[in-house]
Amino acid sequence: MDEVLLRSLTPSVLAVLVRRGADFAAAEDAVQDALIEAVRVWPTAPPRDPKGWLVTVAWRKFLDAARADAARRRREDLVDEEPAPGPAPAVDDTLQLYFLCAHPSLTPSSAVALTLRAVGGLTTRQIARAYLVPEATMAQRISRAKRTVSGVGVSPARAKPRAWGRFDRPGDVSTVLRVLYLVFNEGYSGDVDLAAEAIRLTRRLAAAIDHPEVAGLLALMLLHHARRAARTAPDGSLVPLAEQDRGRWDTALIAEGVEILQAALARDRLGEFQAQAAVAALHADAPTAEETDWVQIVEWYDELTRLTDSPVVRLNRAVAVGEADGPRAGLAALAELDASLPRHTAVAAYLHERDGDLATAARLYAEAARKAPDLAERDHLTRQAARLNTRRRR
Amino acid sequence: MAKYLLLKHYRGAPAPVNDVPMDQWTPEEISAHVQYMNDFAARLEKTGEFVDGQALAPEGMFVRYDGEGRPPVTDGPFAETKDLIAGWMVIDVDSRERAVELAGELSAAPGAGGKPIHEWLEVRPFLAAPPTITE
Repeated sequence: MDEVLLRSLTPSVLAVLVRRGADFAAAEDAVQDALIEAVRVWPTAPPRDPKGWLVTVAWRKFLDAARADAARRRREDLVDEEPAPGPAPAVDDTLQLYFLCAHPSLTPSSAVALTLRAVGGLTTRQIARAYLVPEATMAQRISRAKRTVSGVGVSPARAKPRAWGRFDRPGDVSTVLRVLYLVFNEGYSGDVDLAAEAIRLTRRLAAAIDHPEVAGLLALMLLHHARRAARTAPDGSLVPLAEQDRGRWDTALIAEGVEILQAALARDRLGEFQAQAAVAALHADAPTAEETDWVQIVEWYDELTRLTDSPVVRLNRAVAVGEADGPRAGLAALAELDASLPRHTAVAAYLHERDGDLATAARLYAEAARKAPDLAERDHLTRQAARLNTRRRR
Repeated sequence: MAKYLLLKHYRGAPAPVNDVPMDQWTPEEISAHVQYMNDFAARLEKTGEFVDGQALAPEGMFVRYDGEGRPPVTDGPFAETKDLIAGWMVIDVDSRERAVELAGELSAAPGAGGKPIHEWLEVRPFLAAPPTITE
């Protein structure tokens, strides 16, 4: 039984059913039933066309369920609208599935869970473990999400497409990208590598739609993923960018990311993901931390500020200014920002250290550690404070 | 089997023997401490006694209901609460003695100078589900 094959086919089979007019929750149930059937039947009678087999069986399961449902509720319209079976334009279908799973009526956590389930083909248990919640909780989150989007599925048999017809506009792809970005940023926990999963899904999206920001996000993910091995020490502690062993960066991923980014930038439709990827590419391009082109990085942060006006971007910009124009300039840029911003204190500590004020830096590192949002960062900041305090004692 | 909560306090517990704030340790001492904690949890997973371990951020607040149609009242964060929980580990062990033994080991985590912190940990038994056979 080829689990990888089954998993790779699941989303497109689901997408065919949804395109044929099945509501999302019913389609998902039917596909699950078809998968169970496949696990039972395939070992002895492997199909020549696995996807065709799954579509046929899933559609039959759906019709059975819909008929039973219709008999119960005296609603038979959907069954009468049964389209002629036949191969479907797989790419468009998959794309529609991405849009449906990132529907704006869903909360971010629901959209993430549904995307991993329906587009990624992960099991509820895998998703639950990745997000460290009980399986029953994740099952409820997913089934609520399915119910939410079930009402917005578009049926080609209906004259008037319903709510998500408006997703045909490319601008709305940004909702999908935000969901994929969230999955990527969650990183690694449990037995599923969410970052790798996000890359896989973004690759498929990039193959299905021609959009510079999709390419930008894919490039951004690849460039960050390339540094993953260097980002943590063997004992699990964080290694900051400047101290990473650049020999451990994945040069193939960097080359691919840079190539995708350059093709996207050449189209002159800049967006935030392309700009973020450009910053990552400039880091990737520097053979040593000292050779980083901070002046250009500041320029990209200026672009990003223009595009998003996000305080987090301004904070990163202050760091870059500190490198390009000296720590005093960085501190001046930092002074214009709200001190309650996440990581504001950590940045201040770093800039004070660069400025030679070790006492202030140590105090701020310790304070930043108390405010740190995760354990790895807290330990890292505590170590920074300890490092400076140790040096001051000598 | 019985579940126990091992509670670590930022404040509120009696002072440990080796009472030096972590930012005054050397980076190597911090690494050794983190390693000890990770190894401890990994060992309890292997013996089948680990249930859960979490750390809490120091900043929090109190919240209470304020009546129909009103938003909840919030208070805090407080800079000087007497008792502040830093995190916990939940273990599932055969006896109270085993819970005490493990808490003792956790309290021996190395701190400044590489010496055990002798930190006071609060050990609290969970209220269990009622047994099936009661007579």
